[in-house]
Amino acid sequence: MKKTNRFFVALTSMAMAAALLAPSSVFAADTFKIGGIGPTTGGAAAYGIAVRNGAEVAVQEINEAGGINGYQIEFRMEDDVHDAEKSVYAYNTLKDWGMQLLLGTVTSDPCIAVASYAVEDNMFLLTPSGSAVDCVAEDNAFRVCFSDPDQGAKSAEYIGTHDIATKVAILYKGDDPYSTGITESFVGEAPNQGLEIVASDAFIGENTDFKVQLQKAKDAGAELVFLPIYYGPASLILQQAKEIDYSPIFFGCDGLDGILGIENFDTSLAEGVMLLTPFTANAEDEATVHFVEAYEAAFNGLIPIQFAADAYDGIYAMKAALESFGATPDMDASELCDQMKTAMTEITVDGLTGSITWEATGEPTKEPKAVIITNGEYEPM
Amino acid sequence: MNFSTFMSFVSYLKDGISLGAVYAIIALGYTMVYGIAKMLNFAHGDVIMVGAYISLTMMTKTGAPPVVALLVAIVGCTLLGVTIEFVAYRPLRKASSPLAVLITAIGVSYLLQNLALKIFGAGPESIRDEQKIISGSPVVLFNGQLAISRITILIVICIIIIMCALTWFVNRTRRGHAMLAVSEDRDAAQLMGVNVNGTISLTFAIGSALAAVAGVLLFSAYPSLTPYTGSMPGIKAFVAAVFGGIGSIPGAMIGGILLGIIENLAKAYIPSGSQVSDAIVFAVLIFVLLIRPAGLFGKNIQEKV
Repeated sequence: MKKTNRFFVALTSMAMAAALLAPSSVFAADTFKIGGIGPTTGGAAAYGIAVRNGAEVAVQEINEAGGINGYQIEFRMEDDVHDAEKSVYAYNTLKDWGMQLLLGTVTSDPCIAVASYAVEDNMFLLTPSGSAVDCVAEDNAFRVCFSDPDQGAKSAEYIGTHDIATKVAILYKGDDPYSTGITESFVGEAPNQGLEIVASDAFIGENTDFKVQLQKAKDAGAELVFLPIYYGPASLILQQAKEIDYSPIFFGCDGLDGILGIENFDTSLAEGVMLLTPFTANAEDEATVHFVEAYEAAFNGLIPIQFAADAYDGIYAMKAALESFGATPDMDASELCDQMKTAMTEITVDGLTGSITWEATGEPTKEPKAVIITNGEYEPM
Repeated sequence: MNFSTFMSFVSYLKDGISLGAVYAIIALGYTMVYGIAKMLNFAHGDVIMVGAYISLTMMTKTGAPPVVALLVAIVGCTLLGVTIEFVAYRPLRKASSPLAVLITAIGVSYLLQNLALKIFGAGPESIRDEQKIISGSPVVLFNGQLAISRITILIVICIIIIMCALTWFVNRTRRGHAMLAVSEDRDAAQLMGVNVNGTISLTFAIGSALAAVAGVLLFSAYPSLTPYTGSMPGIKAFVAAVFGGIGSIPGAMIGGILLGIIENLAKAYIPSGSQVSDAIVFAVLIFVLLIRPAGLFGKNIQEKV
């Protein structure tokens, strides 16, 4: 009995030791583990699914081409249903899985919540699409998309450099930080771009009548009306401009993306509307065509939206940064994060959403792109 | 004042009238029900939303022409209004506090909103030109300095016709007289042989039919329909009804149009007025009520205790 006992003890302890060693020696050391968080179910599912798909296309391409520094990538997406609390659970699940870098989260509020945990863990965070200013408040956090207010300055830059108009009116939503933030940064940048703001007016709450504001813009001779608002009120503005016989150029930001999706909407009203958006699947450059083909093939003909492109660029940005300091998968999340903070500011990624470089603040620098609505579709300009 | 600033003034005024006419047509429903049933039907705005959804569904699902869709919406809303009155308000008519039925009305309002949310979803729906009750390019006057949309003209014509028809109905028909009697003194009317419940049902039927018309016109003028579309115009219309003197039919119309004009001129001429126009509207309301507590056209009735 004693002998067998001792034998068992020896056997069990050996097995336990092997079990402890196994994960680190067999798995962790030869793949980079990138986690993703975003809503893949619920009302904002379209965004999360696009990010997951876009990231998967990038990961597959990179793995087939030999990986990062010779190591393969494992990507795992967790659902947060666009809920801050669930997003933190998803973050902890991914940490238990052994996540080394985080691509996420997709939406702003959950991203702010997760960022506060990520900074404590010193976990590198790159959000593809969290546009609220506070998403990248910490020095471990970066983003692929423009911040909300930056869209204002970028819109002014686009209008100025492409000589779209000089006399500009603004119609914004006075009780929405998204809208006022963009407006402030637009107004700040406008003089540098030779734009003259001839009228600036707001509306608040659930107002549906904008004829007075439009009439003021018309009387002031505005050639372009800037609409840093969501597509719901914008659809009414387009209608009412037609009613008062006013046809300026309308220019908006990502909030207008979706105007063609309003049920039963007369898309001819939106003809000629321009909006700042980093990506359109109709673009004809080689990278976009290649990406759209791969994406459609992988996901049953689904057309990628800008979130997919942001995620794709996000994965390639991580690759570029990891390669710049010769990272290996046996480095832990905190070690990687320390190196990534500087590496991110030194790389340039020629992505789908433009040629991107990063500031230490986490904000991307890239050329703004815009689309124009033609025959009921977004066409690159 | 040179010609072009004058033309912008005329233009603001015209837009104010068009906005006010929408308020007025909703206010008529409020004021009818209040005047006769002595209750505030806070669900009125949501009946408007239901009317707009019925007409839109008719057009998109069966391809019915706009006029047929409008008629179906009128029938649908009339049935809805009478049902709401029968199920939710009638049992509470004898309740000790008038607050009971007021709170029920708020409950009905949420019920309609949530049902619409369940059936039609939260996303906004729009309407195509050919589905509008009237379409076509705006009427342009003075070399393009003044453009009036056809729907505005139609709304103003509708409101005048409806107001005249209602005034005639209430003052010249037996049913109308019964309404006046119920409004004056419900118990005395009953003793004189007036069918009080029937009269109140009729009032709700008329009010809800008007809501359907208002819904279709509102949706044609502001083509964005969500389950919450009715609530904001509903509140404004309630203000318009109080402004004009609640219970008074011409008062609702004048109140609505004045409200629209004040709101638009505040947006136009007061610095950052478009952000405070609602506050200005309410300030004017308070001022009017201080001078004329019953509203512009309201009758000042002494309550006997």
